[in-house]
Amino acid sequence: MKAQRTHILVCTGTGCVSAGAFDIMEAFQKEIKKHGLEDEIDVVPTGCNGFCENGPLALFEPDGIFYQRLKVQDIPFLVEEHCLKGRPVPILMYVPHREKLPIPAMKNIDFFKYQKLVALRNRGRINPEKIEDYIAFDGYIGLAKALTEMTPDEIIEEVSKSGLRGRGGAGFPTGRKWQICQEQPRTPKYIICNADEGDPGAFMDRSVLEADPHAVIEGMTIGARAIGAEKGFVYVRTEYPLAVERMKKAIKAAEDMGLLGEDILGTGFNFKLSVVRGAGAFVCGEESALIRSVEGKVGRPRQRPPFPAQKGLWGKPTNINNVETWVNVPQIIRKGSEWFASLGTENSKGTKIFSLVGKIVNTGLVEVPMGIKIRDVVFGIGGGILGDRKFKAIQTGGPSGGCLPEELLDLPIDFQSLQSVGSMMGSGGLIVMDEKTCMVDVARYFTNFLAEESCGKCFTCRKGLERMLEILTNICEGRGKEGDVELLTELGLMVKETSMCGLGQTAANPTLSTIRYFRNEYDAHIRDKTCPAGFCKGIITYSILEEKCVGCGACKRVCPAKAVLGDKKEPHKINGEACIKCGACVEACKFDAINVG
Amino acid sequence: MPKLTIDGLEVEVEEGTTLLEAIRFLGIEVPTLCHNEGLTPYGACRLCIVEIGKPPRSQIVTSCTYPAVDGLVVRSNSERVMNHRKLIIELMIATVPSSKTIQDLAAKFGVTQCRFTPENKECIHCGLCVRMCSEQMMAGAIDFAQRGKDMVITTPFDKTSEVCRLCGGCMYICPCCELRCQGPDAETTVCSGCLNLEAPCLDTYDDKMCFLDPCAACELSGPFRSDKQKKTEAKTSQTNN
Repeated sequence: MKAQRTHILVCTGTGCVSAGAFDIMEAFQKEIKKHGLEDEIDVVPTGCNGFCENGPLALFEPDGIFYQRLKVQDIPFLVEEHCLKGRPVPILMYVPHREKLPIPAMKNIDFFKYQKLVALRNRGRINPEKIEDYIAFDGYIGLAKALTEMTPDEIIEEVSKSGLRGRGGAGFPTGRKWQICQEQPRTPKYIICNADEGDPGAFMDRSVLEADPHAVIEGMTIGARAIGAEKGFVYVRTEYPLAVERMKKAIKAAEDMGLLGEDILGTGFNFKLSVVRGAGAFVCGEESALIRSVEGKVGRPRQRPPFPAQKGLWGKPTNINNVETWVNVPQIIRKGSEWFASLGTENSKGTKIFSLVGKIVNTGLVEVPMGIKIRDVVFGIGGGILGDRKFKAIQTGGPSGGCLPEELLDLPIDFQSLQSVGSMMGSGGLIVMDEKTCMVDVARYFTNFLAEESCGKCFTCRKGLERMLEILTNICEGRGKEGDVELLTELGLMVKETSMCGLGQTAANPTLSTIRYFRNEYDAHIRDKTCPAGFCKGIITYSILEEKCVGCGACKRVCPAKAVLGDKKEPHKINGEACIKCGACVEACKFDAINVG
Repeated sequence: MPKLTIDGLEVEVEEGTTLLEAIRFLGIEVPTLCHNEGLTPYGACRLCIVEIGKPPRSQIVTSCTYPAVDGLVVRSNSERVMNHRKLIIELMIATVPSSKTIQDLAAKFGVTQCRFTPENKECIHCGLCVRMCSEQMMAGAIDFAQRGKDMVITTPFDKTSEVCRLCGGCMYICPCCELRCQGPDAETTVCSGCLNLEAPCLDTYDDKMCFLDPCAACELSGPFRSDKQKKTEAKTSQTNN
């Protein structure tokens, strides 16, 4: 391979691909060929950079110049200016919210500046489909060390000492989990990588698999060596075709190089890995349901104990870890447990990937050290709330996490702190809400999702959630009555404490946490029949304030239901019966004359 | 042999015993709906919940599926357990008000109100019929379909199953459709008829041809009380005289 002057790293994560990243790549290649620069410039497809909102993205190395929101028609100009004339193109660079000057270098952009990449260290840097790229960045060194220099017990001890905890949600110490599985006398043993990421708006596992599939393979092989397993499965959702494809290619490449399969690195150790595709049930992310799904049965959890480590896949000892847990393993082995333990807080070591979404300026995938304050993520990396609105709440941990209010913005993000305030780490979803979000509606939305995704086995989870949803819908539509909140709390506690699996045990979190921190909104819906956020269409009414209305007719023109009545230069009125509460008049009015409540 | 403490009583049971079996061995009552001794434990109805461990770190588990482990401290009727149980029964009654089994449970546990709109369904998805069909009748003609709130028990593709022999085992074991009784006061969701402990049917029906298992009221004071009860009553009345 010849050394090249410039590398154009084009992000080909799912987000950028759907925005046309492959077309962009093709355009780059065409332009480079046109100018005869093939020997000097290389175009590399990389994994997700996490900045999906601004895609398609391209990074020019070694200059470190970052271009975003590229279009195919921009490419000829960009190649000519940047690659031939050596002049970066400011118009395609990232401009921070509320500012005018673009930031050319990726490392200076707030979104990237405050991140600490461990699990995602190869994102946007290597071609995920080339094993050579991974090896060039210290890939498979951890595996070699684990297989040649360490005994299985030493591997487990190293992982235990690092303080790594399961990244799938519950945070069980990984070393201890491996130990339990290793101690089981029965063979064969299995290991599984859980990449069944069903949370709406979460894409951590997908991005890791797309950006760095070999790290997952390496981590799993080290785990297999420690536990004594010879067969492994990667359970991925069918909805992630790119991740499945890259994973399969990576397995093939590793097998061809002797890094997977039989007699790995000539040490006599065998480990086979295959991809199993899930059919898109949220509950299959729960380990006992996942095992049944791999076995080809209906994905429905069963009571633990016995735990999968004792009795798992086909009744044999099985170890399941999340994608993010597996990718941390090679680096712990390579760099040592002290290095990993130096990151994060006392009880939560290392870093955590979050998908930051909602009413925020920079949405995307971020990796931060444990113990970082919520405020730093929302306002530092995320760039604050969109528009002129105010922050209201943040939901951590996906659909079954809790909503935390502004007072808790300085809370450090780690397993204990989040649990103590009624939320959880979960798989790492962060949804930011602004003042126009109705918290009762948020609880209703997530309860609806969970009621639909509940497997239906436990009576309490199925019926409890269904009834909670009924009450929440009533409140949202103005039929709430006194005592509803108390009944919701009672039901929520019951669902939480008496359900069998993790889905049911956390399903009440959205409702319970919104009742805990936003009780006033529930009361407003029930007692005053108003929605403070002006969101619940069943309750709110639109009216025009006569003293502010100048009779310009702007609202009358935009109203699709012809509900605005009145003559020109006279205060207008809204006919409540015809109004469909679309909010178009509020947007059109320049005098703030429309009252929602 | 695991030794455990149940409601303050120590008991030693055989390896592989479930908590429910251990608790019932001591003669302590635990309500169940989805449990049947001839079928594998399933853990769907959640009525047999017990509290294990010491508060505040105690945990609630279903006793029918939890193994009796050495040193376990179990409380089968703590306040927390009872509150949850009552709410579960309330939810069940709202789902299937016409089931005598569930109405009896409500009477027994003092559930006198139902804060939910009754659904008048005929199934609580306890899965007894599914297990009966596959484990005892060796047919496997019915199973669960769909998930969550849409879950139903049905034959494959909702078509008449070829393996079904119409044995009726599923109906025999069903806690909802086998016995139907909502007492004479069928208008309300929770009948509470048995709560006053005077057989309510006696005023309504002259001919005492009840084909059901006796309700709580009949058992205690009505004509269906057991011979043993009658004897004890006779004894007490004699001593009183």
